[in-house]
Amino acid sequence: MRGQSRSGLIGVQAAVAGAIAGGALVLACGAIYAQTAPQIVPRLTGRASPMADDPAPPLGRQITDDRRVMRNYPEQPPVIPHSIDNYQLTLRTNRCLDCHRRQYTEASGAPMISVTHFMDRDGQVLGDVTPRRYFCTECHVTQTDARPLVPNSFQDMALSPPSPKQ
Amino acid sequence: MTLSRRNLLKAQAAAVAMAALRPGRPAQAQAVAGGIGTLQIKWSKAPCRFCGTGCGVMVGVKDGKVVATHGDTLAEVNRGLNCIKGYFLSKIMYGADRLTTPLLRKKNGVYAKDGDLTPVGWDEAFDTMAERAKAVLKAKGPTAIGMFGSGQWTVLEGYAATKLMRAGLRSNNLDPNARHCMASAAFAFMRTFGMDEPMGCYDDFEAADAFVLWGSNMAEMHPILWTRLADRRLSHPHVKVAVLSTFTNRSSDLADIPIVFKPGTDLAILNFIANHIITTGRVNQDFVRNHATFVKGATDIGYGLRTDHPLEQAATGAANPGATQPIDFDAYAAFVKDYTLDKTSKLSGVERGFLQELAELYADPDRKVMSLWTMGFNQHVRGVWANQLVYNLHLLTGKISEPGNSPFSLTGQPSACGTAREVGTFAHRLPADMIVANPEHRKKAEEIWRIPSGIIPPKPGYHAVEQDRMLHDGKLNFYWIQVNNNLQAAPNNSHETYPGYRNPDNFIVVSDAYPTVTAMAADCVLPAAMWVEKEGVYGNAERRTHAWRQLVNAPGEARSDLWQLMEFSKRFTTDEVWPVEVLDQNPNYRGKSIYEIVFRNGQVDKFPVGEIATDYENQESKYFGFYVQKGLFEEYASFGRGHGHDLGAYDTYHQVRGLRWPVVDGKETRWRYREGYDPFVKAGKGVDFYGNPDGKARIIAVPYEPPAEAPDKEFDIWLVTGRVLEHWHSGSMTMRVPELYKAFPSALCFMHAEDARARGINQGAEVRVVSRRGEIRTRVETRGRNRPPRGVIFVPWFDASELINKVTLDATDPISKQTDFKKCAVKVVPV
Repeated sequence: MRGQSRSGLIGVQAAVAGAIAGGALVLACGAIYAQTAPQIVPRLTGRASPMADDPAPPLGRQITDDRRVMRNYPEQPPVIPHSIDNYQLTLRTNRCLDCHRRQYTEASGAPMISVTHFMDRDGQVLGDVTPRRYFCTECHVTQTDARPLVPNSFQDMALSPPSPKQ
Repeated sequence: MTLSRRNLLKAQAAAVAMAALRPGRPAQAQAVAGGIGTLQIKWSKAPCRFCGTGCGVMVGVKDGKVVATHGDTLAEVNRGLNCIKGYFLSKIMYGADRLTTPLLRKKNGVYAKDGDLTPVGWDEAFDTMAERAKAVLKAKGPTAIGMFGSGQWTVLEGYAATKLMRAGLRSNNLDPNARHCMASAAFAFMRTFGMDEPMGCYDDFEAADAFVLWGSNMAEMHPILWTRLADRRLSHPHVKVAVLSTFTNRSSDLADIPIVFKPGTDLAILNFIANHIITTGRVNQDFVRNHATFVKGATDIGYGLRTDHPLEQAATGAANPGATQPIDFDAYAAFVKDYTLDKTSKLSGVERGFLQELAELYADPDRKVMSLWTMGFNQHVRGVWANQLVYNLHLLTGKISEPGNSPFSLTGQPSACGTAREVGTFAHRLPADMIVANPEHRKKAEEIWRIPSGIIPPKPGYHAVEQDRMLHDGKLNFYWIQVNNNLQAAPNNSHETYPGYRNPDNFIVVSDAYPTVTAMAADCVLPAAMWVEKEGVYGNAERRTHAWRQLVNAPGEARSDLWQLMEFSKRFTTDEVWPVEVLDQNPNYRGKSIYEIVFRNGQVDKFPVGEIATDYENQESKYFGFYVQKGLFEEYASFGRGHGHDLGAYDTYHQVRGLRWPVVDGKETRWRYREGYDPFVKAGKGVDFYGNPDGKARIIAVPYEPPAEAPDKEFDIWLVTGRVLEHWHSGSMTMRVPELYKAFPSALCFMHAEDARARGINQGAEVRVVSRRGEIRTRVETRGRNRPPRGVIFVPWFDASELINKVTLDATDPISKQTDFKKCAVKVVPV
């Protein structure tokens, strides 16, 4: 049965714990494919007995430190480093634009919405944010303090070692 | 404890300095070091890996890795936009726990059902699979083997799978997880128009004057189509948006007409609107006379539960749920007359004014209306009816098959249409809308496949929920699951799914990129190449077929599902799996491997490897020695060409951002069934629903019937399940992207604050959500993005540690066999 199957993977589990602790290192070296047995991360792969009851983790606390987070690549929509609880984003009101709209950024100190957000479906620049970009939360999300369950070995071009000469 | 903003900034500066100290990196920004070559990224097009919208993305590759993705400005679907998930496609392949080698349960060095998952080579994995499959075939025949695929299979993988199963191993026990997703839509299309898939397309978004969302929360589930809808609504003040749902959600934020109705009563609202159209004299008489006929459907059709369930025993119409009989307009009008404003308002809980406003959107002849739906209609014990009832409204008013007038069934998976429906990977289907039960259709398929007559079995196989029941009951014993996480997705899984996987009589194989809950419950796990690690084709919800190249290699020993199917087929011969009588009549088929029959038939292997673009890898083709994807596509396309399912030439799809079928003379079709748009409608016809022999669509009279289970004294609240924006399906990809995970790290129970208070539950408290089937522990959210009315909770299903499908009910639509994940009764108790 499944419960027993996990016992054979204890060594791997320890390795995973190490990998998670050293997530940054794994990110930098990208050497994770050396492992061959599945990593057991119960939140992702289910418990040893998958139909048993799991306690629910506490709610993640929203990160509201206002610190800008570097993008993984230039086109990535930046994440939101502040609370958006109770922000109205409706047919009549867009609370995000109260700070991020071009004409308000000087007073708010918030980053201006990107120039791409002024372009309509045909690539023409409009006088203000295009209606197709009106719902900010389709692309921009807040973050909680939940720690990733497994490292991700995506390599940022700017941080990875220079490519070998061709 | 409280960090001042100043301290934070100092800490941030320190972190930046640390980052700059990484080995090999200069401490300050420099001008282009090493020349432009170091900055260059190789960009290639691909469809997004996630939902059925089918956005085009540009994928940037550098040094063999995907380093960036963005919305393709040339893609008509999204014109440069992506949603949050699409923007993070770059990271979905790089979760640290990718499966990189086959695994087999072993004890003392040999396969054992109670053994540990142990790394093995491909040969050992395939040999063990073949041995088990052959033992099952010998003991019980082809009805005891089965496969569960997906709307995430590429078109080519789905085609290879259906051919391997039906033409090779002679089993129709092949079904896609799309059965859980849009089987109701597919059945309704066939029953109404005689042909599957929407007549309109996404161009309708820019032409409609009103949008009606029937249970669909597009703002979260189809974000890019939502941007097109929002663009239209906000740019043109006359446009109206009606959002119908069983709880208030993000789509409601744009609604002019926000409607929250009681679960299941959408059927009554739909009939009320039909009644309103008729009684206010707004039926388009010409259209109805020329292009529609009326039928009455069987009623009291049961709930697709096991046949010994009391609800099935009591249902008088359960034996033949799809039966219809012809009626006339007057009989139809008399039937819907019952659905008065008063009655409907009372039943649905919706204010009369809202119902009237909604009905007027359809009735007003000067307003072009687009109806949109997905799981709210499809995952419904009367899902086929719900789909058909909305077609009724568009047919009564003639608002169909022209720009802006469009009943539009959205899909949840990237190739639900392309692979599950067009290829026909359902247990009852063949490519191009054909079915296994029809001898003419089987004959045509056998001819195209160059196999002897009588090989394709005539009886439809087990559908998704039935497969689980048969695994449970020990009647289905060899089972291969590809590209989906069914143990997490299937209803009532602790009673009906998991026991079947662990049944000692059964051998379960799972192909996946990651160790999902399903993979970890399997006996054999095959590591899969995913998305741009292989060449593929997807078909989106607007009939758009879209191809991509292999852009990077999969890690370790991981191989595409296509490679797996083809390589596995080498282990069977016709003598082992075909009937002696057929081989006696066709002796030239003796002694051939199933691989030769299915893939080396002179058609699939027709195109040489040299035809592959030289600047792209194609591992399967190099391995097998022919251009596998092109050969499969061209043979598959021959099923549909010449009669309205036409696909273009394979090579074309690598040049364009997809084409909407039917593709005739290289031109795509945006609106079907309408002269001037659809080349299959003859001049002078105007409109021709040519899928039906009489060229007319069916308007159906069916009533409101109650859900399978409703809240009572003990289980006192409705449970609705679904998705959230940040996660896709079971979260197997998105939960491994740190930004998406951190945005929405675990499932929640969205609940009305007063319902919580009445149970002594605070915001954020841990609770048990309990049904007659099972329970989970989760936390209550009373002020989140979903705001249920009293008496309803919403729990998303992406979280592997909070398997809400332990709680759901395995009731299905008796016609489509699609599960109703939106309506069962639970109680919520504090932990």
